[in-house]
Amino acid sequence: MSDAPLIEVKDLGVRLNTSRGPAQAVRGVNFALRRGETLGLVGESGCGKSVTALALMGLLPESAVISGSIRLDGAELIGLPDAAYCKLRGNRISMIFQEPMTALNPMHTIGHQVAEPLRRHTGVSAAEAQLEAIALLDRVGLPDAAKRVDAYPHQFSGGQRQRITVAMALACQPDVLIADEPTTALDVTIQGQILDLIAGLVEERGMSMILISHDLGVIAENVDRMMVMYGGTVVESGATDAVFARMGHPYTQGLFRARPRLGARKGTRLKTIAGTVPELADLPAGCTFADRCAIVEARCRAALPAVVDVGAAHGVRCIRTDVSMGAGGSSA
Amino acid sequence: MSAPLTASAATSAIAPGARPVTGFWRRALRHRSFVLGAVLSLIVLGAALLSLVWTPWSATDIDIASKLRPPSAAHWLGTDVLGRDIVSLLLVGARSTIMVGVIAVGIGLSFGVCLGLIAAARKGWTEELIMRMSDFTFAFPAVLSAIMLAAVAGPGMVTSITAIGIFQIPTFVRVTRGSANAIWAREFVLAARAAGKGSFRITIEHVLPNILSILIVQATIQFALAILAEAALSYLGLGTQPPQPSWGRMLNDAQTLLFQSPMLAVYPGAAIAIAVLGLNLLGDGLRDLLDPRLARER
Ligand SMILES: Nc1ncnc2c1ncn2[C@@H]1O[C@H](COP(=O)(O)OP(=O)(O)OP(=O)(O)O)[C@@H](O)[C@H]1O
Ligand SMILES: [Mg+2]
Repeated sequence: MSDAPLIEVKDLGVRLNTSRGPAQAVRGVNFALRRGETLGLVGESGCGKSVTALALMGLLPESAVISGSIRLDGAELIGLPDAAYCKLRGNRISMIFQEPMTALNPMHTIGHQVAEPLRRHTGVSAAEAQLEAIALLDRVGLPDAAKRVDAYPHQFSGGQRQRITVAMALACQPDVLIADEPTTALDVTIQGQILDLIAGLVEERGMSMILISHDLGVIAENVDRMMVMYGGTVVESGATDAVFARMGHPYTQGLFRARPRLGARKGTRLKTIAGTVPELADLPAGCTFADRCAIVEARCRAALPAVVDVGAAHGVRCIRTDVSMGAGGSSA
Repeated sequence: MSAPLTASAATSAIAPGARPVTGFWRRALRHRSFVLGAVLSLIVLGAALLSLVWTPWSATDIDIASKLRPPSAAHWLGTDVLGRDIVSLLLVGARSTIMVGVIAVGIGLSFGVCLGLIAAARKGWTEELIMRMSDFTFAFPAVLSAIMLAAVAGPGMVTSITAIGIFQIPTFVRVTRGSANAIWAREFVLAARAAGKGSFRITIEHVLPNILSILIVQATIQFALAILAEAALSYLGLGTQPPQPSWGRMLNDAQTLLFQSPMLAVYPGAAIAIAVLGLNLLGDGLRDLLDPRLARER
């Protein structure tokens, strides 16, 4: 494995036009991903996970203003003309979406939709692409793949459709796979199967993966490193084990406490994080979590806190890590 | 290499998947307004086709001696002021009506759909320009553009077809852009873009097939409007020129004899009404039959 990062994101910022005027949906996102590495992105709904993913794919609306730098194998992607981006998408970077029910075109057969990226990016014949599509559908565990390539999306269940979109995303053997909540719309038993499938394929093909989820459990089981997002910024990042062992940010701790647990004593109530996610248009000037934080101080609201290193490659965007990581802080 | 061979063997072994349109005809035959609309439209189409091979009399031969005859065994609906057989005139008139409708809707459809698809795919100032241009065109009724065109190129069938066709473009632009924008916002388009498809491919493979049913319905309704416009233009003398028969001209001819032989105006009027009613019912029926299917698959 070479040491040069496959994807390197520096100070990524995204400004979007919302109904309430322009708003900074993402700011100061930094990370690097080497070939074969997996990275998790976790956070509440609306914190900017999908916007970050779409920025990497170059799929944000025209009106979005993107700042910073995204490098793939050293080549800058921000400002790349769309025609050049089209050659990367589906070929070197692929994405799986949340809703398998809507991510497939109802008017085309699944075989066509899986074979299409192959024909476009690799220039194989229609017959070869069809054959490869069958092999792929077989690999993602679609029963009777050879018989069902000519069926339409509505003839499949949600789990089967997500298998099909996985096959579609992996058709061209991309270097990077972005999975944006690939199992949120599926029921629990299917969720595990799909995640195992994705993890297996990522390992088998030596791909890098960015897995987006709001579920800490999913992140804990599937990625090497993780980033916790809140209000458009990364509030904590580090190796998954390290972050789970020593949570530095009050938000990460809150997220951890708020997760539902099997075998919890009956009657114990889930601890939720007080307050709600701030609207994009009126994000506070300082720490975005300030309004919901139990240990907030006046200086938290002054400016966006810098990242504090609390361990090897474990960073926390909080000026009160002495308190949050002190006795009792992380154990609750 | 045996790969292609194996592949074709594999494909031919696959049972054809049921298409989403299964049951369309079964449901169509149970839909009253669709059936009635289809029957009326087919009557008009049948009349036009019949006139190509047979008419009871020649529709252009003038026979002043037998003018304004009442219905008889020889002339089923009588004759007009020039002694022409009404049935023959109606049959041949159906032909001009359908021809004008098809060509005018063809013009409106091809230009309008292309512009609408471009507007939806490009967004930004391209969309703005196309929409403002179509608003501008829409401000001129067909009659007005026909008068202007007739002033330049002279009245006639070509003039009226062009004027009606141009008048139809903005409607198709709007309908196409509106429904195409809705498709562009769907997740499978995002997924297709994530798979590396450019906007041209997405337009052809994803947007167009998904708005086709809306366009078919709109074209049916525009066809009815084109027939009305053609009749109006012919009535005003800007459309089909004599001796070429047309329903609008028949109305025009009947006008001077309205009190003497009112039936001369009733026949072409009824023909126009049947065609317009038939197409509108057909369009409504198609809307019901095609749209729920799309809605269910959302
Ligand atoms: N195209 C857009 N135009 C304007 N605002 C947008 C757009 N897309 C997203 N946003 C806003 O940006 C913020 C971040 O959205 P994003 O979709 O990244 O959230 P998320 O973390 O993926 O949430 P979820 O878990 O619900 O998917 C939200 O406040 C959302 O309303
Ligand atoms: Mg999202």
